[in-house]
Amino acid sequence: MKATRFKRDWIHGWLLLLPAMVFLFAFTHIPAVTTLINSFYSTPRGQRPARFLGLDNYERMLADPVFWKVLWNNLWFALGTIPLSIALAIAMALWVNDKLAGRGFVRMAYFTPTVLPLIAVANIWLFFYTPGFGLFDQLTRGLFGWPASNYLGDPDTALNAIIVVTVWKEAGFFMIFYLAALQAIPVSLKEAAQIEGAGRWTIFWRITFPLLMPTTLFVSINAVINSFRLVDHIFILTDGGPDNASSLLLFYIYETAFRYWETGYAATLTVALLVLLSLLAIGQFFLFDRKVHYK
Amino acid sequence: MLERALSRTGQAITLSSVSKIWAGNRAVDRISVDVPAGSFTALLGPSGCGKSTTLRMIAGLETVDEGTVEIGSRDVTSRPSAERDIAMVFQSYALFPHLSVAENIVFGLKVRRVPRAERDERLKRVADLLGLSSLLERKPAQLSGGQQQRVALGRAIIGEKPVCLMDEPLSNLDAKLRHEMRLEIRALQQKLGFSMIYVTHDQVEAITMADQVVLLNGGRIEQAADPRTLYEKPSSPFTARFIGTPPMNLFAASLLVPDRGGPEHILGLRPENVRLDQAGPITVTVKAVEYLGADLLVDGILGAASFQVRLPATQNVAPGDTIRLGFDPGQLHVFDQTSGTRRDDLAAEIGAHLCS
Repeated sequence: MKATRFKRDWIHGWLLLLPAMVFLFAFTHIPAVTTLINSFYSTPRGQRPARFLGLDNYERMLADPVFWKVLWNNLWFALGTIPLSIALAIAMALWVNDKLAGRGFVRMAYFTPTVLPLIAVANIWLFFYTPGFGLFDQLTRGLFGWPASNYLGDPDTALNAIIVVTVWKEAGFFMIFYLAALQAIPVSLKEAAQIEGAGRWTIFWRITFPLLMPTTLFVSINAVINSFRLVDHIFILTDGGPDNASSLLLFYIYETAFRYWETGYAATLTVALLVLLSLLAIGQFFLFDRKVHYK
Repeated sequence: MLERALSRTGQAITLSSVSKIWAGNRAVDRISVDVPAGSFTALLGPSGCGKSTTLRMIAGLETVDEGTVEIGSRDVTSRPSAERDIAMVFQSYALFPHLSVAENIVFGLKVRRVPRAERDERLKRVADLLGLSSLLERKPAQLSGGQQQRVALGRAIIGEKPVCLMDEPLSNLDAKLRHEMRLEIRALQQKLGFSMIYVTHDQVEAITMADQVVLLNGGRIEQAADPRTLYEKPSSPFTARFIGTPPMNLFAASLLVPDRGGPEHILGLRPENVRLDQAGPITVTVKAVEYLGADLLVDGILGAASFQVRLPATQNVAPGDTIRLGFDPGQLHVFDQTSGTRRDDLAAEIGAHLCS
């Protein structure tokens, strides 16, 4: 009696878990494991089934100049977007946290880039960057008389142009987190510091910024993940070119898998991406956590 | 020796018809207060009376809409807090949660770039004085409420400022600790000699600690005097009810004295100033009796108003009894009903009439 009762509970439990587990396994765990397995096999083509290669794909990756190029690009992309978007987010949050006219409107305006789809955003920026009659060229010609420039078509500027769009897109999103964190800091702390003779600058660096550290940790981990994850705008703006100058790791994986149909090698690149991301996340936690004060 | 090293003479604070206006409402209405150098002044009043706003205006955390604030005969009305040479303790303590106790205390010295050696020396003295020496490395979250309170005090006194402002600093502590801290703060203020302005809604705190109590009501000063005067000669029915627990009994003079013509008066008698007296002029029906150990608190009815009496616990009084009460004519308070002013000229006459 007791045994059947126990079994029934057990079955109910698994039935309740089942829907979530089906989706979790179908879309996360099984693909991840399959990718790992595929990374050791050749790409199956027509009559030729996949063949076990061992570490051949990995050796190929380490010897692939394009892989190192996109990895290097990704590093610059991360270094360019993360500090800049975080600094901008803090500055904007500090500003809209103050009492100012039309505060609600300004907050909304800052958040708009987050709401817009990245593809639509990229299309708008494509017009800004258009050589000759784009917004930037018209401005630089009107103000300084500069000649027309092709920001997206020049290997030296293509990646930077993409960085600007990404910062514009991300800063507003991060601002929301900082705004919430700022509002959780009691006003009396600022007042106590004021009475002790601290100026705005001192209050920010000695009080506000340290108390925002948990938010900064959260935001920076998100930003790192995003810097490897956000590639939508590259399709519209540069398509990775010229000469892979603006290609990022995930974009290269997409190209390898779905343009050249080299799924085996793409799986290897994906494993590299996953390993890199987990190392970064773990590293950030251990590095930052000691300096972060949680309430 | 220790005390002398930390002390610095206080400075006088003068408020001249200071007002704060929120959207047309006068939250603080033309308040004038003189705080002599080195004295302890309490701003007392019910919530919403403007006492905290007044303190924040003195601190420079709130702008002054009318009037002037002088500290040490220097007009600081439009100066920022940093230039007012003051220290302040907040109701929430406002300790910096990410800094240790030591860092919290020396925060102001660091901001003012006091050399490290002097900073350490002063920190040691303050920590010894407040019994914080063993807690210096802790974070505020690891301290009890009383310890946090001491850290806030330490941060206020280490700067050796001539003026210290406190905004309900004891309201987050339990009753026993509050009593201890009350004595400690008062002792500290007298040892170090700074001028203190202390905001509280608790009349016991104000009366036990202050040299001068400023009682506020609706943004105006109801009465400003030393605690004894406030208790013995309240200038209005509001003061009479606010100071002393249980509050003074107020009732229409016509209940006891035959109508003499002229304006109506209010009589006041403190519960502790009446006694059982078979020939007494006051007859009260007992509604409830509270036993407080040393005393009995008798809740009765006189006419239609409630009337409280504090009697020695040896007396035997039960609900439903009718008791007669007497008092010393000198303990009677008389107020004008319309203007609310105190009428000492009538007190003797009415008192003599009732007690004859």
